[in-house]
Amino acid sequence: MYPFTYQRPQSLAEAAQLLGDDDEAKLLAGGMTLLPTMKMRLAQPSMLIDLGGLDELRGIEKHGSVLEIRAMTTHAEVAASEVVQESIPALAELALGIGDSQVRNRGTIGGSVANSDPAADYTAAVLGLNATVVTNRREIAADEFFLGMFETALERDELVVAIRFPKPACAGYVKFPNPASRYAVVGVMVARFENAVRVAVTGAGACVFREAQFEQALAGEFAPQVLSGILVDAVEFNNDMHASAEYRAHLLTVMAKRAVAIAVSEAGA
Amino acid sequence: MSLTVAFKLNGNAVTAEAEPQTLLVEMLREALRQTGTHVGCDTSQCGACVVHVNGRSVKSCSMLAIQADGAEVLTIEGLAQDGELHPLQQAFRECHGLQCGFCTPGMIMSALDLLQTTPQPDDATIRHWLEGNLCRCTGYQNIIRAVKSAASKMAG
Repeated sequence: MYPFTYQRPQSLAEAAQLLGDDDEAKLLAGGMTLLPTMKMRLAQPSMLIDLGGLDELRGIEKHGSVLEIRAMTTHAEVAASEVVQESIPALAELALGIGDSQVRNRGTIGGSVANSDPAADYTAAVLGLNATVVTNRREIAADEFFLGMFETALERDELVVAIRFPKPACAGYVKFPNPASRYAVVGVMVARFENAVRVAVTGAGACVFREAQFEQALAGEFAPQVLSGILVDAVEFNNDMHASAEYRAHLLTVMAKRAVAIAVSEAGA
Repeated sequence: MSLTVAFKLNGNAVTAEAEPQTLLVEMLREALRQTGTHVGCDTSQCGACVVHVNGRSVKSCSMLAIQADGAEVLTIEGLAQDGELHPLQQAFRECHGLQCGFCTPGMIMSALDLLQTTPQPDDATIRHWLEGNLCRCTGYQNIIRAVKSAASKMAG
């Protein structure tokens, strides 16, 4: 790693100040992406602002039908949370499938969402479950948050404080994991709400996106077979050593059908 | 920018000097000479560097030394008590859960975290839990046996 300076702020305001004062500073949450990236010298921040001292960024709470997960909550904490398991089981299941046990013990939901990795799992949860990203300044709807590969609506001195998930009628998440990294080659979150069905796809494109054709078909009838025969356009899909664009298009339908089946069984349970 | 890291290592209060970019595993091995924790891939894939920080297993190659400030760190050196191997260490030995032994400290520290929350895991749970620990010798079968054997001894 290149040298950098280190700060551990004691308040959100101090963290935002430090971030705003230095163009090259980066926030350190769990560090599961940032530190390996720095070790490979793909990133060279001047300063790391460690959010590990901010207890106000930890915890899971339920307010009515909305589940609020604070930014520094680890994947392991989300996976093991009875509140999450009970209100949105698909979200607990998703968290249990991220990386490996040690990554889940350090990696955080806020870090993952702010990073907008094209193959991250949480991005599909935020977009598919129509969550709201709460920052130190405002609330951002999921549809407005993810702008592109590693690009979000966050301003330079803005940081994620919490994610608020409305409870769907039912939901399912299934991914085809890369066998080495467990990143999603393709992952699909399907969520059924009272008035709408949302389908969010990660791993397939440069950034998480909604699959409108699937949403419309599922709004008509919420069953896996309605997705058969819908042609998925793979033109802009990722094409790399892990999978071709065409294969990802195929996986998208398969993962979506399985996700719908899980959601249907949750609804029937 | 030199920082002082003060933490508990295997129950004893220690301090060490570290640069901001010093990794936890570097501080353990180089400054504190605790070389039981290994560096395999150095890219958070292999799990040879797994230690416990505040009771949970982490990859010490992907954590800064300064992030351990104020924490309780447990390494493989802290497991044996009064010359008696920990049940997991004993089980890896009895079940032939290692050949070259390079991955073993990480395997054991990772498995210990599992057994603390899930005292009687089934095979699928053990395999899922150990996904982040790579062994290039044994083929994992005996590692799974060792974890199960230790689990029953620790429960009994």
